[in-house]
Amino acid sequence: MSTQAIRPGYHGTMKDTVDKFHGNQILNIGWDQHLMYATPMCIPVPPAMPFGALVQQVLPGLFGQHPQFAQIDWTKTQWQRSGEAFTPDMDKSLADNGLGHKAMLRFKTPDQPGLAGAAF
Amino acid sequence: MSNTATTSAPQSTGKKLSLKENYALLTRDLGWDPSYQKAEDIWRNVQFEGIKIHDWDKWEDPFRLTMDAYWKYQGEKERKLYAILDAFQQNNAQFNVTDVRYVQALKLFINAVVGMEYASHRGFNIIGREFPGTAARIAAQMQAIDELRHAQTQTHALSHYNKYFAGMSNFPYQYDRTWYLSIPKSFFEDAVSSGPFEFVVGICFAFEYVLTNLVFMPWMSGAAYNSDMSTVSFGFSAQSDEARHMTLGIEVIKFLLEQDPANVPIVQGWIDKWFWRGYRLLSLVAAMMDYMLPKRVMSWAEAWEIYYEQNGGALFADLARYGIRPPKHADVTVKEKHHVGHQLWSTFYQFRHAAGFPVWLPKEEEMQWLSAKYPETFDKYYRPRFEHWAELEKQGTPFANPTLPQLCQTCQWPLLFTEPDDPTQICYREGAYLGEKFHFCSDGCKDIFEKEPEKYVHAHLPVHQIYQGSYFMPDVNPTAPDFNPLVEALRYMGLTAGHDGGDFNTHIDAKNWEAWTKRPANAHAPHVTPTAPDTPERKAA
Repeated sequence: MSTQAIRPGYHGTMKDTVDKFHGNQILNIGWDQHLMYATPMCIPVPPAMPFGALVQQVLPGLFGQHPQFAQIDWTKTQWQRSGEAFTPDMDKSLADNGLGHKAMLRFKTPDQPGLAGAAF
Repeated sequence: MSNTATTSAPQSTGKKLSLKENYALLTRDLGWDPSYQKAEDIWRNVQFEGIKIHDWDKWEDPFRLTMDAYWKYQGEKERKLYAILDAFQQNNAQFNVTDVRYVQALKLFINAVVGMEYASHRGFNIIGREFPGTAARIAAQMQAIDELRHAQTQTHALSHYNKYFAGMSNFPYQYDRTWYLSIPKSFFEDAVSSGPFEFVVGICFAFEYVLTNLVFMPWMSGAAYNSDMSTVSFGFSAQSDEARHMTLGIEVIKFLLEQDPANVPIVQGWIDKWFWRGYRLLSLVAAMMDYMLPKRVMSWAEAWEIYYEQNGGALFADLARYGIRPPKHADVTVKEKHHVGHQLWSTFYQFRHAAGFPVWLPKEEEMQWLSAKYPETFDKYYRPRFEHWAELEKQGTPFANPTLPQLCQTCQWPLLFTEPDDPTQICYREGAYLGEKFHFCSDGCKDIFEKEPEKYVHAHLPVHQIYQGSYFMPDVNPTAPDFNPLVEALRYMGLTAGHDGGDFNTHIDAKNWEAWTKRPANAHAPHVTPTAPDTPERKAA
């Protein structure tokens, strides 16, 4: 299906293409079943950032207030990229881990299942 | 141009016309068959949506309201309304409402709803020009005036509160810039930028007929419960117009469906789209009903049962004879009714530093009400969060989310809604178009995007705009060493924590309320004094 428009060939400009983010790309990140953070986060990141740096330097600022965050065993963490399970290479860049512009990265920590038995 | 009436209206004989004659002259005689311009050059936008109309004279205006009768009725309503507003002001009745948390609900109204009324006015002005049928044009023009009147009376009524309370003085500016107000703004811009038939189905039917009772009934009875006669009065003054708009909405649908069977699938698609768009927009009302009203009227779940499940159920049963079925994903709204208010309030709480109103945690008495209204969900999923956050506040380390949320490409809410069948898991939906990824809060929003990706690729998502650098004031230097993009983005949006949003307990409204009224700012926490040893300030004019 496509938009019925007054004139043929109507197409809006792509508002959020990667060239508009000053060398960064958009990364969306959610911690599954930890609803203390009521929504997933959206951050700008350099595509060359190593995945390990994301885990070590960026995630604590996003999720560090959760009392279970410090207990996460990152070797047991299950990662999803656009809904598909994958195993990130900590030394490789986000781009080389297949995380492009507006990627959706989710992680699950079965050893830390959220508070109160309510995925909080 | 020959002025030949399309139907034979009675000719004036000098005596006073009956209402019916007057209406016939008003509507049918304003139309004529063009002789030196082609009809398709005059009515330029009635073809492209694919709707087929064979006989515009079949349009029945359910009210047959003439212009002089319209001015008379509206004038009477205005006189009554402004007499009440005068009395309200002279009695300082703004201090008689339950507590100053109630006033925060009015901030949602002035900042979010008034802008929608004005946008709706613009939309009806446009379609008042587009339809070849004269009666349809007149109906749209009257509704355009109604919507403008609503924007004005709401502004006038709330302007009195603005003299005493913060966060109301800059509503047109905030409507265009504040991140979560892009939800109502984009809703109406989506409608106004569609075709005339989609606008009339989306706004008159799906929004006005099916859904707006959910705004006006709970809001106005909430105002009455909390002793705000000013808001009750502008609500009633608008409600009689709303009743007319709803009747117009059902007439529009029946007219389109009866004109040609080929219209049915097109109309069904618009009902599906605008029902879901309207439902997502109105989630804001869920937070208002369940959390913001100090004296609660009914829960969101109860309101949804009455105004959608029962009334909407009867409506769609009636429309089945035209081949119309209930809106797609209506089943999801029924599942979500036990969750959306709590999920929204959790979201506003953690982003309260970036909100246009202060946010608070529900007290025990309120949580008991929520438990009773939501026996299946509140204690299990939501009470633990509020208790955890209350404990952190007690310890002096309150929880806040300093990062920006991921937004839905269609409705522009953060992805705060959970899977319809799993309240422990955020609902993620993703699509790709022209090599780029797009994210959605629900199947409903994903469906809307996929039907018209050309339109939604240029949605203005505030979070992405902040990262692109377009949410800064002209004096900002992004290369300065102390540059903080989030602080600067809030300044661009016109939001100051403590004045607009922030913690309720330290908010200027809470301090001033207690100093001026000697009554608790939070009626459910009468012993908590706002942390304000300093003398109360008049809010900046």
